[in-house]
Amino acid sequence: MTVSEIERVPEILPVSAAPRRELEEIWKTKPGIGGWFSTVDHKEIGKRYIVTAFIFLVLGGVEALIMRVQLARPEQSLLTPEQYNQLFSTHGMTMIFLYALPILSGFSNYLWPLIFGSRDMAFPRLNAVSYWIYLASGIFMYVGFAIGAGPDDGWFNYVPYAERPYNPGLNMDFYSLGMIFLGISTTVGSANFVVTFLLNRAPGMSLNRVPIMSWGTLTASAANLLVVPSVSLAFFMLWMDRQFGTHFFDVSQQGQPLLWQHLFWIFAHPWVYAIVLPAMGMVSEGLPVFCRRPLVGYTPVALATVATMILGFGVWVHHMFATGLPTLALSFFSSASILITLPSVVSVFAWIATIWLGRPVITTAFLFFASMIVLFVIGGVSGFMTGSVPVDWQLTDTYFVVAHIHYVLIGINVFPVVGALYFWFPKMTGRMLDERLGKWNFWTMFVGMNLAFFPMHLSGLFGMPRRVYTYPAGLGWDTINLIVSIGAFLFAIGVLLLLANVLVSLRGGRVAGANPWDAPSLEWATSSPPPSYNFAVLPEVGSLYPLWEGRLGDAAARSSLAEGAVLDHGRETFSVTPLEGMPDLILKMPGDSYAPFILTVGMSAGFSGLIVHWWWLAAAGAALTALAMIVWLWPERKLAQIAGAGYG
Amino acid sequence: MVDTASAHGRALTVGAIARRGTGWWGLLTVIATEAALFVYLLFSYFYYDVQFGRGWLPDPPSFRYSLPNTIILVASNIAAWVAARGIQRGGRGRLVVGILVALLLGVAFCVLQVLEWRSLTYTLNANTYSSVYFTTGGFHLAHVVVGVLILLLLLLWSVLGYFDRLRHTPVLIGTAYWHFVLAVWLAVFFSFYVTPYLW
Repeated sequence: MTVSEIERVPEILPVSAAPRRELEEIWKTKPGIGGWFSTVDHKEIGKRYIVTAFIFLVLGGVEALIMRVQLARPEQSLLTPEQYNQLFSTHGMTMIFLYALPILSGFSNYLWPLIFGSRDMAFPRLNAVSYWIYLASGIFMYVGFAIGAGPDDGWFNYVPYAERPYNPGLNMDFYSLGMIFLGISTTVGSANFVVTFLLNRAPGMSLNRVPIMSWGTLTASAANLLVVPSVSLAFFMLWMDRQFGTHFFDVSQQGQPLLWQHLFWIFAHPWVYAIVLPAMGMVSEGLPVFCRRPLVGYTPVALATVATMILGFGVWVHHMFATGLPTLALSFFSSASILITLPSVVSVFAWIATIWLGRPVITTAFLFFASMIVLFVIGGVSGFMTGSVPVDWQLTDTYFVVAHIHYVLIGINVFPVVGALYFWFPKMTGRMLDERLGKWNFWTMFVGMNLAFFPMHLSGLFGMPRRVYTYPAGLGWDTINLIVSIGAFLFAIGVLLLLANVLVSLRGGRVAGANPWDAPSLEWATSSPPPSYNFAVLPEVGSLYPLWEGRLGDAAARSSLAEGAVLDHGRETFSVTPLEGMPDLILKMPGDSYAPFILTVGMSAGFSGLIVHWWWLAAAGAALTALAMIVWLWPERKLAQIAGAGYG
Repeated sequence: MVDTASAHGRALTVGAIARRGTGWWGLLTVIATEAALFVYLLFSYFYYDVQFGRGWLPDPPSFRYSLPNTIILVASNIAAWVAARGIQRGGRGRLVVGILVALLLGVAFCVLQVLEWRSLTYTLNANTYSSVYFTTGGFHLAHVVVGVLILLLLLLWSVLGYFDRLRHTPVLIGTAYWHFVLAVWLAVFFSFYVTPYLW
């Protein structure tokens, strides 16, 4: 067999003549329970990610509200100190690990093949497994919480508190193994995003024509590949210390507690960027649509995204300023932490310029996106302040830091996410969210958020330490804490309004057309919701804004959406050359499979065996995992992986 | 402008061949993340080393097992490389023999590694050095075991005649992973066995 025998000239058809029924047969997930467990459709997986992450957001929110009841007045006794420890630690774990990144992965999973003009992610089955493992690890950690063994040393879990002599229960074992488990999901998901970004794009979509939002997820994913092993290793060492008597962090035997802090923050600081850069990308994508003009400064924003992450690898020690490290190290990391504001600010000015130069349409999505700029600046300035060593020494472990992290995570993650939901909900469901309810939703969340977290700056400055389960009256914190608690409940009402809006609009919302916002990117070129095969004929891209060509005065830009390649010899899509976007291969994509789910069952059994020391169960789980992988990887003729496989 | 980048009228290869396709790029992401894991392991080792100084190390580790094992793993990788070169030119015989030799040498590495650990006077939980030594070595050995399993699968698929001059991407991916396992070993070997003699 020669090379030419495995080549094919793709059949080009006008979109009206595309064989939609055949494509539907090829790509659809079979109905029923079997399809539910075996689907690899990126849209289905993306929606599952979003729904699951929202459930965790609500759980974490309820935990926060219980804490705010406890702290509303001095000397309360709703919670014991032990319960409070578990609540604030589980709240952090939930929001930071089980909500903040997965929600963004959900949007990217759903949207990437659509904005890239492709039919699926690079590794559809890996995509399914990343969701299942995320779900399983979340359940795993919450089982610990449910039996009173949730994490209780804060989300960053410092040793030696977390070592066995000081924390003898299963709490830390659930957290350690759960985080290693979740890390597998994050890692495979990140690998999928990176390869999808490089290969699974429309012909003609060179690197300067990829939608701006994808730069955020790409950068975050590349970073995750490099830093997740650090925290997984740290948690593995901790588990070994606790269960097998190693001495990694054991001071009495030349262990090094600071090594934990290094390994944790080498991961966790880039993680902060991983959970905001994709969200900033969604703002860069959505905000200009409502300003009725392209984003100002596409290239600087894309470069700044990448630059933020590169600098972000070198700032982790600013979490450790109070640990007595040498002055030289403090100075270096302090200057890096201050320097990193420069690329961050590029996006801020690009958004402001886009609003300034555009004709803004004040929709709910616009309000969430635009208000995010304000919250980002507040969170950024407080971060900039604590990047300075003497200021940090004054403020570390106070409520000032709590205020900072919440402005960052709610401001640059939750607000963009809710905006993105208003923006893309029509694409996902075919129906618009209600705008009137949406305005109520926005203002309640915005006022609630600022009421809850702005005063925390003050209680921090007045010396209130974080992570205390109660406080005595008369220290000047009483009124502030009451206001904070009221704000927290107001914010929660805002989230409830969002849920109400979703539930009401799913059934009764105004029907959205393919492109209700008149937006420029490819996901709006297909129906709402999109068919299983995404595009009946695959688009070819000639500019950064395929759906706005002609009105931007870019005469040379000509994308081809009305006719294109059908690719209907089984599940197929194009891969392109990473830089230029030249069509390179016709990829054969795998179909639905039970292997990802079975693999996850195996891993879950394995981790459960480890927690209870049932080594036979751990071994059985590992064997099932390996078996599922072998089935998964077995070369298939229909995927053109076997000698002699033509293009049938 | 739909110009040179158009798929109109262009003959395109169907399915992955050689290093083109998603699988090869997927391997590169695996290597990136696994390499990072070993960077953090070695970072931890050197962190203790720097913090506690020479007195922290026990007797300098012996080359008695580690040097032959290094040679074995290098030889195994040469065999794997020959196998991959073979199938790229359509040589199925070279593929099968090369993978088989690589596999047997890989098993030999595992055996020697276990023998070395059994010959040591200290165990995992003796002190910080033993903790980091066995954990790093354990992670590497786990990667060797995975590599051996991959070679076993490749051997099976090769015997079944799944690969030819055009379709052999799994061979390239599997052998490249094996080369990565060697690269990690060289880093581990240098850090744990050689540096104690250098300063």
